[in-house]
Amino acid sequence: MHEYSIVASLIDRVQHEATVHGGSRVHRLHVKIGELSGVEVDLLKTAFDTFRERTICAGAELAIDTVSPAWACPSCDRSLAAGAILRCDDCGRPARMVQGDEIILERIEMEAPDV
Amino acid sequence: MCETCGCGDPEIVPIEVQERILSDNDAQAAHNRSHFHGLGVLAINLMGSPGAGKTAVLEATSRAAAGCLKLGAVSGDLATERDADRLNAAGIVSSTITTGSACHLDARLVHHALHHFPSNDRDIFFIENVGNLVCPAIYDLGQAANVVTLSVTEGEDKPLKYPVMFQKADLVLLTKVDLIPHLDFDVAAVEDALARVMPEAEMLKVSAKTGEGIDAWLQWLTERRPAEVERPPEGHGHHHPEHSHEQPHEHH
Repeated sequence: MHEYSIVASLIDRVQHEATVHGGSRVHRLHVKIGELSGVEVDLLKTAFDTFRERTICAGAELAIDTVSPAWACPSCDRSLAAGAILRCDDCGRPARMVQGDEIILERIEMEAPDV
Repeated sequence: MCETCGCGDPEIVPIEVQERILSDNDAQAAHNRSHFHGLGVLAINLMGSPGAGKTAVLEATSRAAAGCLKLGAVSGDLATERDADRLNAAGIVSSTITTGSACHLDARLVHHALHHFPSNDRDIFFIENVGNLVCPAIYDLGQAANVVTLSVTEGEDKPLKYPVMFQKADLVLLTKVDLIPHLDFDVAAVEDALARVMPEAEMLKVSAKTGEGIDAWLQWLTERRPAEVERPPEGHGHHHPEHSHEQPHEHH
């Protein structure tokens, strides 16, 4: 259940941004979570709903953009299907993950009269 | 004014961040990495299920490396110091990170353990993570390589079931291979599963009981050791030759 520790880091970061920008109430957080990041979206939501109370994020919505994994050959850029052997048939090189392991805070929508 | 959703609320502003949520952990891990680099030590993050044989592999490693390499370890454990006790008895200078209910180590916990570690002249430093095939994979600790132990009694499909852990692995140690004659375990099937989740799939078959494969494992470690560096004198905690501390903290 590392989702609780991720939410703790998330709220700390939002508090930091609120302090920097003179923000008060946070309306919405936009996060991007890869399906192979190791973060379960449902658990993240539950953890956020539990931890947001009495923080800068009280009442805020967590908008989660999930990202499906994609792999490609670093030489010829050929994409590899999920579940395939992760090596390029043509070049023989190990594939590189293009997307799917993101754990990113993209944007905060907050009331910030100073901005 | 809100330009994102068009709600027209003049006070709601979008603040662009676009950063990893665990950026604090990443910064601490970079700090740890520079500690290890400065000490010329190879740091290995050893992960795997509870009972996969992490501690037993380290005991066997110590037997094989006796007289050649100085080994150190910190062991993440929820409640006991049993692993560190076993490792100390096996000749590996060890301490415990008791995590309470936490299911993984993070870079801050490892940093704290480094500051209290009794020796700074180790050649290889193992971070024996909490037994868990999920959570530890997410946290960079400052290691040079991730090694995942998978025991033959766990089944061939574990890499497909826990892809996040195996995709982060630089090496998989297939442990307890002395048991294969007693099991319906298909080594080719686990190799196939690894190739579907691990781009540069590399696996070594080992047995801590018979010593099979331990020399190849030791060879793998030796090849990754950093070039010789001038070490600070022993006995005053660890030394910080070439990195800055953005957040001041005490060095003991």
